[in-house]
Amino acid sequence: MSKSIIKAAGLFKSYKMGATSVDVLRGLELTIKKGEFVAIIGSSGSGKSTLLHILGSLDRPDSGDVFFDDENLNGFSSRRLNKFRNKEVGFVFQFYHLLDELDVLENVYLPSMVSRSIIGWFGFKTQARQRAAGLLERFGLADRLTHKPYQLSGGERQRVAIARALMNEPQVLLADEPTGNLDWQTGNDILNVFTELNKAGQTIIMVTHDQRIAQKAGRVITLVDGRITD
Amino acid sequence: MYKIILAFRYLLKRRISYFALFAVALCVFVVLVVMTVLSSLTADFKEKTHRITGDCVISSRSLAGFPYYEDFLKTLEKQDIVEAVSPVIKSYAIVKTPQNEQTLKIVGIDPCSHNRTTGFSDFLYYKNFTPLEKVADFNSDGKKTLTGYPDAGSIFTPASDTNMPAVIAGIAVMFDRNSGGKYNAPISLPTTEITITSFPITAKGTLERAGTSVVASKTFVLGNVVQTGCSADWENIYLSFNDAQNLCGLAGEPKRANAIHIKFSKGVDINKGCAKIDSLWREFAGQNKDLAYSNLFKNVSVQNWRDYNRTTIAVAETQQALMIIVFAMIGVITVFIVFVVFYMIVCHKSRDIGILKSVGASNGDLMAVFMVFAFLTGLLGSAIGSLAGWRFLVHINQIEGWLFRHFNFQLWDRTIYAIGDIPNKIDLSVLAIIILSAIAACLLGAFIPSRQAAKTDAVKTLQVNRL
Repeated sequence: MSKSIIKAAGLFKSYKMGATSVDVLRGLELTIKKGEFVAIIGSSGSGKSTLLHILGSLDRPDSGDVFFDDENLNGFSSRRLNKFRNKEVGFVFQFYHLLDELDVLENVYLPSMVSRSIIGWFGFKTQARQRAAGLLERFGLADRLTHKPYQLSGGERQRVAIARALMNEPQVLLADEPTGNLDWQTGNDILNVFTELNKAGQTIIMVTHDQRIAQKAGRVITLVDGRITD
Repeated sequence: MYKIILAFRYLLKRRISYFALFAVALCVFVVLVVMTVLSSLTADFKEKTHRITGDCVISSRSLAGFPYYEDFLKTLEKQDIVEAVSPVIKSYAIVKTPQNEQTLKIVGIDPCSHNRTTGFSDFLYYKNFTPLEKVADFNSDGKKTLTGYPDAGSIFTPASDTNMPAVIAGIAVMFDRNSGGKYNAPISLPTTEITITSFPITAKGTLERAGTSVVASKTFVLGNVVQTGCSADWENIYLSFNDAQNLCGLAGEPKRANAIHIKFSKGVDINKGCAKIDSLWREFAGQNKDLAYSNLFKNVSVQNWRDYNRTTIAVAETQQALMIIVFAMIGVITVFIVFVVFYMIVCHKSRDIGILKSVGASNGDLMAVFMVFAFLTGLLGSAIGSLAGWRFLVHINQIEGWLFRHFNFQLWDRTIYAIGDIPNKIDLSVLAIIILSAIAACLLGAFIPSRQAAKTDAVKTLQVNRL
């Protein structure tokens, strides 16, 4: 049996909405094993995205712990959390979230630049460009390297976003409604990319509200009222 | 590296950042042009005032002057710190020319020693005189042998065939100026008789020969005119030391002078030199306190050239101070403009901030992106402003000339102000200060928005539905 890579224990999270406080996560327990492709489904407002952000350390729980490779993220310093987001996880968002000022290739190797100083970057630039170009070629975007994000279709942008998420070879890919802004066919293509990545050993946690999409994953977790029901 | 790339792209691809660039460029342009012109005018005025005065002046506040100046001159000449000294008579007189009659300052000088002390001959308008240094060398055996101060300078010997001694008038005393700022001085000096009528003052401070004839009058011929760019141009008339001493009643025993101008040797700090001269004077006055008319010593003070010309320099320095205040306000406006523009950019780029945080950028990194952006804005804005300012200054006189020809507009009315061409030489150290200040203003203006960028919640910016 493979080892767990992410473990959430007793996660609580609430948001203030005006005068009232909305409890989003209520003592959530979750374990993700290395190499799993997990889909988290739930209705709108069930806390799926919040959970994903907490697992990727973009957000912090009010209480509870997230363990990554048996290390508690609560004990990480800001610096280590930045490194964690840079090296260990890769985010894919519904709206792609590419930087318009950078071209496709630069967007992909952005995580590699973030983790290096100017001098370090000059020593690594060629290697980074090669890896980014390789990823883009793998996703059928070899002829789009110098294009700007706004010159691409939605599906192409999402593939660029996936390439960027994979740039630093993260252990876990966190995808927040990755097909939510795409038509069925394009969305299906993206899911096929995920399936291939998972077959190659990539751990993927995908949030979606669509049951059909979730079925592509190896395991489906349903989130209801801030807790996992199955 | 991404910080520089992103900052550079934000600068070039966000149109709103052009406003910040334009604001910085405009401020640098204005400050550079105004600083260059006004500072050069002020510096030029001070430099000329310094040259025409010498480094240090021992002067009496009384027209009665002070006695035993010749003895003190010998003391001064022995000092290593002193390169040259010049005794001067200063008073007021009614000066009658063929055109008019006016009250002017009469300044009695020994041309050789005064030229050594102040570079007086450099300011003479007509250059067809025997070089003063040559006369000085001819009359002296070396650096400090100007004993007796002979009235030997050829400048008071008129070129025209006349037995009358010559005087040198301030150029504005004799000639008007045209709208281009040039004096209407003829090519060769006209033969002009000038009558000087003064009021001789005794050592007791009273008018000589009271009750009978109380004035001394002498007619001279115009030997040259002096153009200094300072008040001397319209206030002064120079004559030989002996003539002035006689006209002012200071020639009787003990002979008196109104001032001694001093030039220090090279490398001597003016303030320290003046302090040394002050101490020597006090010692001299103390040693001679029992001599006749030593009471006149109490009117004597030792000042550096700046303090001696305080009344005129203060005006220029006040203008400079006002200019600095105005520029400080311009700086504050620049900071505010940069702040507003950066605040808008940070709000507009909040999604980028979230993206960068999601790939591991720290708060410090994000702040650095916008601070580098601000630095580039300051640098590029300064470069544009400096270049525009430089081109404008190169052509400023032609521009003013064109405006005058077509719209009768002049920055300074040349018939009133003693200004020729508008100075346009950029002081590189001033330019460096302006550029650094512009960059600092950009960094200051961008600091709060950059901090706000660093503190932005990534989750809020990346999500449409937060839950």
